[in-house]
Amino acid sequence: MLIEFPLKEEHKIMIELIKEIGETYIKPYSLEWDEKEAYDPTPIKALAQADLFGLIIPKEYGGLGFGTFEMCLAVEWLSYFCAGVSTTYAASFLGAYPIILFGSKDQKERYLPSIAKGEKLCAFALTEPQAGSDAFAIKTTAKKDGDFYILNGIKQWITNGGIADIYIVIALTDPAKGARGASAFIVEKGDPGFVVGKKEKKLGLRASVTTDLIFNDCRIPRERLIAKEGMGFMVALKTLDYARCGAGAQALGIAQAALEVSLKHAKTRVQFGQPVYQFQAVSHTFAEMAMRLSSARALVYSVCQYIDSGAKDFSGASAMAKCFATDQAMWITERAIQMMGGYGYMRDYPVQKFFRDAKCLQIYEGTNEIQRNIIARELAKWIKV
Amino acid sequence: MGRIVVCIKGVPKPGTVKVDKETHTLRRESAELILNPPDRSALEVALRLKDQANFEVIAISMGPPNMVPVLQKVYALGVDDIYLISDKAFAGSDTLATSRILARALSLLSPFDLVIMGARSIDGETGQVPPETASLLNLPSITYVKELRFVDGKFIAIREDDFGEEEIEFPSPAVVSITPEIDYVRPPSLKRLLSLKDVNPKVLTNAELNLDEADIGLSGSPTQVADVFEKTLVSRGEIFEGEPDELAEKLIEILKEKGFLA
Repeated sequence: MLIEFPLKEEHKIMIELIKEIGETYIKPYSLEWDEKEAYDPTPIKALAQADLFGLIIPKEYGGLGFGTFEMCLAVEWLSYFCAGVSTTYAASFLGAYPIILFGSKDQKERYLPSIAKGEKLCAFALTEPQAGSDAFAIKTTAKKDGDFYILNGIKQWITNGGIADIYIVIALTDPAKGARGASAFIVEKGDPGFVVGKKEKKLGLRASVTTDLIFNDCRIPRERLIAKEGMGFMVALKTLDYARCGAGAQALGIAQAALEVSLKHAKTRVQFGQPVYQFQAVSHTFAEMAMRLSSARALVYSVCQYIDSGAKDFSGASAMAKCFATDQAMWITERAIQMMGGYGYMRDYPVQKFFRDAKCLQIYEGTNEIQRNIIARELAKWIKV
Repeated sequence: MGRIVVCIKGVPKPGTVKVDKETHTLRRESAELILNPPDRSALEVALRLKDQANFEVIAISMGPPNMVPVLQKVYALGVDDIYLISDKAFAGSDTLATSRILARALSLLSPFDLVIMGARSIDGETGQVPPETASLLNLPSITYVKELRFVDGKFIAIREDDFGEEEIEFPSPAVVSITPEIDYVRPPSLKRLLSLKDVNPKVLTNAELNLDEADIGLSGSPTQVADVFEKTLVSRGEIFEGEPDELAEKLIEILKEKGFLA
């Protein structure tokens, strides 16, 4: 675009690879998947064979040991081709983070190698019907029973439900302790008493799978507890801190695609004897899109680099990256439809899909209202009076 | 552990090739080379056998030095080793001379269980090299295979021809050519792509192959390329009007005139 961010050779190689994967395995099919609301495992298989599920997994477990920045570059470029596919991909990292950040050596050895190879997808289960933004209102329980825990409850709207093999489930081990009363568990597909609910019908991200998870006296060995009892919310919130930039990166990819498609259209669509781009109402809109996308990208990239530099406290920073970039993506995709007129509204063209895909980004991984709460809270800590 | 050798070819990226005006052959050394697309299918078949039964997969290619980047990208797909068969004396080889060179290189790499190639190249489109190479090596040749299975230590080829599908169990070693359209080919591995600059093919020249000059290059080629040109399609047609019976008769006459019907 108008700014080129300096990238290392290894980043350029990775982006080239993702573009090749996007052109071969995603672009010819993304509209069809969206239309049919179909999950196709083929691009996921390609990403696995390309070593891309190992991006942030430490090298000693078969991964590439890269950081948040590389993860975001990968998610951004995948989202350029289809945000449904990038959601399946990014949500698997969301599920892997608790093991990477808090898992015991045994847990890391047991799970991370097959995650790095893309053999097993992950999912992250916090939300419940009565607990969305108010995560502390979860009711799923995990009762200790000798060498086991028994889980009971329902998780709602979980990405990769049914297609993942590894599920990180936040459940109450001690309801009386409130914020210190939850624990994080690894539940595996096939564990007794664990079933997956029906697949949800969504406005966008239709190539990704979202389901409920139902725990009915689900019995898991106690080795599946991550860290210690009572650390559940901490595991969840720290995981979300890391993964938020990923949602911001998705926004960048979708917005980039929307800008390109609508700009190409504006330069060729002739009305009143000239390309509509010549009219300032149109060209100024594109100028605005470019500014918003470039500033969103600069923010996401700098937050990634801040996290990778070893920052300890970055909740506010990652909240800003997620909130700003996803709001910009919504603005840009809505304008992209408008700039294409009737063509923007027709489902034969991709711009309407970008708009529908972008909407979810303002909602999941913490709504943008919650992100603003986080930013405000962190800002308040920063100034002492 | 068994061994599979995949013979691949670099072809000029469409739109970048120049033809030598004297020899009427492609100036490969100055062209931007890409992997012959059907060979991607051949590599995929070999790599699936590696995944399934731990075969060693070696990719070899006859070509000029500018084939090295293509071979490096092939390494990124997951093969165990890459070889470049290159010598000025090989330049200008037709399919027979090429087959002699490949057969000799393959014999240096034996024992192997299978030789796999793409069924044809997108520049020559003859499809002759796999069966010619098999013949020179005295090995069975199975062409246009769309799927290769390895079951209980035996190879089974599924091939498709104009009449349907057939299943052939064949002894190894053998030479198999793979049809261009298979269901899925894998992408390169990021880990390998990141370390490509340290990967170089082993090179075999005529010093190692020791072939007679009369059997290789232009002098070893019984076929000569008359010309290579980009074909432009000129639309020529005639429209006939009349009753279906009359038109059918007319059409048969025209087809007979043009030699399409006896």
